Amino acid sequence: MALGSGDRHGYAIIQDVSAMTGNQLRLGAATLYRSLQRMLEQGLILETGDRPAAEFDDQRRRYYRITPYGESVARAEAARLSGLVKLARQSGFAEGTA
Amino acid sequence: MLLFRALLHLYPASWRAEYGEEMCGVFASHRRAEGGIFLWLEAIADVILGAFSVQFDLLRQDLRYAARAFGRSPGFALTAILIAAVGIGATTAAFTMVDHVLIRPLPFAHQDRLVKLYEDHPAQSSRFWPLSPANFRDWQRMNRSFETLAAYRGLQLNITGQGAPQSLEGASLTYEVLPMLGVQPQLGRCFTAEDDQDNAPATVILSHSLWTNLFGSDPSILGSKIYLYDVPYTVIGVMPKGFLFPDRAAQLWTAMRWAPRDFQDRTDYYVSVIGLVAAGFSIAQAQADMAAIAGQLAITYPKELAQTSATVIPLRDDVSAQALLMLKVLLCAALCVLLIACTNLANLLLARAMVRRRELAVRAALGAGRERLVRQMLTESLILAFAGGALGLLIAYASLPLLVRLVPVALPIAEVPAIDLRILLCTLVLTVLTGVGFGVIPALRIFGLQGTGRSNLNARSEKLRAVLVIAEIAGSLVLLVGFGLLTRALWKIQAVDPGFSPARVLTLRTSLPMPRYQNASDRERFYRKVLGEARQLPGVTNVAYISFLPMVNRGGIWPVEIEGRPQDPSKQSTVSLRFITPGFFSTMAIPMFKGRDVAQADTNSAPYVAIVSQSFVRRHFPSENPLGRRITVGNHKRIVIGVVGDVRVRGLERSSEPQVYVSWQQPDNVSTWYAPKDLVVRGASVESLGPALRRIIQEADPNQPVSDVRPLSEIVEAETASRRVQLGVLGAFGAIAFLLAAVGIHGLLSFAVSSRTQEIGVRMALGAQSGDIIRMTLREGSQLAAAGIAIGAILAYAAGRLLASLLAGVKPDDASSFAAAILLALVMTLAGSLPPALRAVRIDPTIALRAE
Repeated sequence: MALGSGDRHGYAIIQDVSAMTGNQLRLGAATLYRSLQRMLEQGLILETGDRPAAEFDDQRRRYYRITPYGESVARAEAARLSGLVKLARQSGFAEGTA
Repeated sequence: MLLFRALLHLYPASWRAEYGEEMCGVFASHRRAEGGIFLWLEAIADVILGAFSVQFDLLRQDLRYAARAFGRSPGFALTAILIAAVGIGATTAAFTMVDHVLIRPLPFAHQDRLVKLYEDHPAQSSRFWPLSPANFRDWQRMNRSFETLAAYRGLQLNITGQGAPQSLEGASLTYEVLPMLGVQPQLGRCFTAEDDQDNAPATVILSHSLWTNLFGSDPSILGSKIYLYDVPYTVIGVMPKGFLFPDRAAQLWTAMRWAPRDFQDRTDYYVSVIGLVAAGFSIAQAQADMAAIAGQLAITYPKELAQTSATVIPLRDDVSAQALLMLKVLLCAALCVLLIACTNLANLLLARAMVRRRELAVRAALGAGRERLVRQMLTESLILAFAGGALGLLIAYASLPLLVRLVPVALPIAEVPAIDLRILLCTLVLTVLTGVGFGVIPALRIFGLQGTGRSNLNARSEKLRAVLVIAEIAGSLVLLVGFGLLTRALWKIQAVDPGFSPARVLTLRTSLPMPRYQNASDRERFYRKVLGEARQLPGVTNVAYISFLPMVNRGGIWPVEIEGRPQDPSKQSTVSLRFITPGFFSTMAIPMFKGRDVAQADTNSAPYVAIVSQSFVRRHFPSENPLGRRITVGNHKRIVIGVVGDVRVRGLERSSEPQVYVSWQQPDNVSTWYAPKDLVVRGASVESLGPALRRIIQEADPNQPVSDVRPLSEIVEAETASRRVQLGVLGAFGAIAFLLAAVGIHGLLSFAVSSRTQEIGVRMALGAQSGDIIRMTLREGSQLAAAGIAIGAILAYAAGRLLASLLAGVKPDDASSFAAAILLALVMTLAGSLPPALRAVRIDPTIALRAE
């Protein structure tokens, strides 16, 4: 989801995730790259050759982009989760209205 | 930052190359952002967990790949697993035995301070004697280095009143023994000092197995009476399961209850002594203490105890040197098999790796790093090793009962060792070592040579394989020579004349219950009836009774004095004394050289007589007629009336004291322990007479148990039983090693031939005859064999010298053993080399060259 708004490199993803979750989820480097590797293998994301202008770049960094397949998986997952939340609300496990 | 980089080494190299730098970058940014110890802890946990899951993924990948690879060549996988199983199984079994007999602590408290004490009699150049009760009492009183000294003696008891009368083994213990061993009864109590008094009521403690088998685990057994030799004993306790003391045969224990007369004769050695060395004293100090005490006693009692000394050894080490050596040989032979199995596996994998070069090259070209491929190969070899290890464990478990003859009877340990966690751990270590050992060489070999030319690669890996094959031949030669030497030793021992003829003789034991048969006339009646009726059985030619058969009881050693010779106490002569009924010599077929047998007329009121063996004559009357001479033995002066052949009382492998036989009717206060109890019956088809003899004894005394019914030949064969087991094991190991080596040679040459198809094709096209090609291939095989045999022969000679004490006089350079082993090795080489050679001849030059 961090890649939804454009290509990112590793550290940027970590920062985005922290920001999006209000510092609740802090990814470590190992966790991050482990998930990146999995998603690469599954074809959800790909490494991109497009790099920012040289002055903002760091040679060590790699940039990742979400694939169309990855987008559809993200959508499907979001739909599944919102369905779940809906159910939870109906059964009184979560606050809010269904 | 360095620490973080170091942590990254938990990942596979391929991962590090891919993501290492980035992870460092991310971590650096993190640190800039916050820093602190918390960040570090988080990062460490994060990296370790991440690395673990990455490694696990790779492992899964490798396993899948390996399974596919093995699925393609199941023959290879099966062969490799079998070879590994044989090596690991043999070593596990051998280690289990060694651990069981030599290493594992005894199941007693303070077992590191428990010792066995013996008397030494340098005058008879003989060590490890039991003590007399009087000496034991003095040792107990005088020592300063022991917390406790305790004594016991083995017993054979008849139990009556519980179904059919039975003969049981047990032991008499002084009351100190059980508390000293730190074992509590499962039911009831131990003996107390009061139970151990001369006139105390008779008490008995049962073993768990006796309690279960004979008394149906009756919990109310305490306080009830059982009848041992018709005497009522009150059961005061039941020992826990697995309590074995003094050896695994003991089924019940009574209190020693020495009477004052037991302390009279200092030369009546029958007490075994164990001690608990006091805290703060070493065993060496205890030894010095006891030696000093023995020295003092020798001065106080110069006649009986001249030069007597004491030996203290840890109870754990009370194993005969021979049993020890046998186990070591077993372990070494097993390691040899394991080594050969590993070499063979390395060889197999190396050949396979050569064949898979193309596949590996493709994977390398697709981006697999060298580390990745080595890892894949290691995974494969470890899978094979683990499958082999599991199978090997089963082999070991199944073979242990075959090896029990190698467990010395005298140790307080179970007969069949249990396979426990330690053994499993040992197998695991062996398995991993095996897997890594045979996997890593080929793997490194293949990749260490990347970049060099192909022919060079072939040549060098063939050279390595040749070295492996040479090692296999050498190893199997060592095993074969060892087998040959020990076989010769066995033959030599089996050829030893026991001094009697064991064929067509049946033996059994009837230990007469003592207070009841205290009267000689009662015994007389029993013997007369049994012997008389047994003689009437069909086919029976001779029958007799003896106090103890040779080889069954090796003791019964008495001092002897010759009338008219001054007695030098430091050179006291001893003999093996036996009480017999008339006809013993003809029943055993012991030759009578001079004089006559004992007769019915040699009663207590007649002159006391003795029959001596030839070695007795040689030692005491070398140039005189022994008949009519008087000797004092067995508490009485006796006239020599006969000379018989010598008997191997102490077994086939040891020299025995000269023997003296006396009439059972002239015991003169010798303990009734010496009352004849072993019946010998000679006759045609005597093996089937057991039931008839039992019936006769039953009629003579319905309460009399019969035990140890067996042919005399079985007693003689038991002498070599452990050797035969050892030989069987060594032979099996040798055969396996031999087969593996043949497979190794065959594999190597087959590979050489197939990789040189073109060369051979060219040679044939240029006019080489098939004979030349065969010779060329065989030459390679015989060069390997020659090198292997040369190295193996040297090692075998060294091994033979270490075995010397097991060889019964066979020289370690015994020519026939070496010749046979070398011949076998040559035959094996030929058998291994011929098929590849023939295949080479069948190469069609046109096809071979077209392939170029």
